[in-house]
Amino acid sequence: MPAPILEVRNLTKRFGDSIAVDDISFDIQPGEILGLLGPNGAGKTTTIQMLLGLVTPTAGSIRMFGLDLATHREQILQQVNFSSTYISMPYSLTIEENLWVVAKLYGMTDISRRIDEVLKKVEMEDSRTKITRRLSSGQMTRLALAKAILTEPKILFLDEPTASLDPDIAHKIRALLKEVRKSTGLSVLYTSHNMKEMEEMSDRIVFLQKGRIVAQGTAQEITQRFGQRDLEEVFLKLARES
Amino acid sequence: MKLHRINALVQRHLFLYRRSLPRLMEIFYWPFLDLVVWGFITVYLMKFQGQLPGVVTFFLGALILWDVLFRAQQGITISFLEEIWARNLMNLFASPLKPSEFLAATMVLSIFKVAAVSVVMATCALAFYDYNVFMIGLSLVPFVLNLVITGWIIGVLTTSIIMRFGQEAEVLAWGMVFLFQPVSCVFYPIEVLPAWLQAIAWGNPAAHIFEGMRMVLNTSVFPAEHLAWATGLNLLYFVLMVGWFHYTFNVCKEQGLLVRVGE
Repeated sequence: MPAPILEVRNLTKRFGDSIAVDDISFDIQPGEILGLLGPNGAGKTTTIQMLLGLVTPTAGSIRMFGLDLATHREQILQQVNFSSTYISMPYSLTIEENLWVVAKLYGMTDISRRIDEVLKKVEMEDSRTKITRRLSSGQMTRLALAKAILTEPKILFLDEPTASLDPDIAHKIRALLKEVRKSTGLSVLYTSHNMKEMEEMSDRIVFLQKGRIVAQGTAQEITQRFGQRDLEEVFLKLARES
Repeated sequence: MKLHRINALVQRHLFLYRRSLPRLMEIFYWPFLDLVVWGFITVYLMKFQGQLPGVVTFFLGALILWDVLFRAQQGITISFLEEIWARNLMNLFASPLKPSEFLAATMVLSIFKVAAVSVVMATCALAFYDYNVFMIGLSLVPFVLNLVITGWIIGVLTTSIIMRFGQEAEVLAWGMVFLFQPVSCVFYPIEVLPAWLQAIAWGNPAAHIFEGMRMVLNTSVFPAEHLAWATGLNLLYFVLMVGWFHYTFNVCKEQGLLVRVGE
């Protein structure tokens, strides 16, 4: 088995008296899609924010590519990108301008060619000069994904990438992610409240509840362990117990 | 007209006054600063009984130079606010970008802003009042550079406070610099201030700059001592403020505030 591309050990985050993430450990293998599942407030977003170096852990360690995030932030983030429903990109800039800024932040060269490639992938090649403010929510999500894959990351963190999308666009996004994973060997950490999507996308799932890992394995292993028919039933059972 | 509906709206705004910095500033901060600055200007004018040498030169020059400081500060703070408004901070700080690189970029932007605004103001002053800001001569250059650095220092301080306390504190982007105006002695000499306030003003690089500029206009002597004080104080405060920004940045990451600053 190859060395994990991401290793999280005993990761904990406290905000005052409340504990958002409580001593969690998991790995992601190269090319793997790991689903991070749990009800609201389970600690999924805080975990991703710690993995991106935006929130400092109270305890525990995060290693990517064999390097410690606390001491090698720049080298690690150079090879990582993310997309989240909860952030956006400057509205007054065109799509091309926004992607150009991102490419420069990551020190990319041959930017124009790469922008063409990703816009084609997300089916927005005709919108290159469109002002971001004028995009629909579906186009905005595709732009966020274009931004995330633009820098050719080795790990992608996706926080509810298909939330607020209609089923057609959501399907296209999932298909795109699968295609990118297949062609680049990209590893992905994925959060979603759509259980079907989780089952479809994830090789393995980490189930969080009140900041702790309550189950870890494939969708099938988790449903069997809790004696339920599918992930949705597991989710409802755990969410209602909490 | 129903009184209960009017009452509801009045209460809705009064509720806000309990915890709204911008609204409290409207009541306490701005009237206080207006009174202090215009009060000292009045004292200055009364003292000299209208026999001020080159009154237009004094006030127009002071106004243009104050704007240099103000725009330098805004160049930093507004750039940070733009990222908050665009919900773009996470995109930036989840990239390899370092906080020091972010600050450096905002400082470059502030130079662009200062240059553009200075050209506009100098042109307008020449066109409307036949006032040439360059009549001060080459002495202007080191003082303007110092003013830009003072603006950066106030900009970094303001940005740190906004990052720590969130969007509620964004009004400081426009208000903070005016807290320094009375002790910058922009429109009056430092001797107009009471002794205790003079002591504070001498610790402000901007006060040395404006005193120095007045000395150039009055005596044509290059105020090397004021320039040295302004530069020394600026360097000291600049190092302290950049350190403070990094400290605040780390506190915000610790407390999860960086990802919530735009909420």
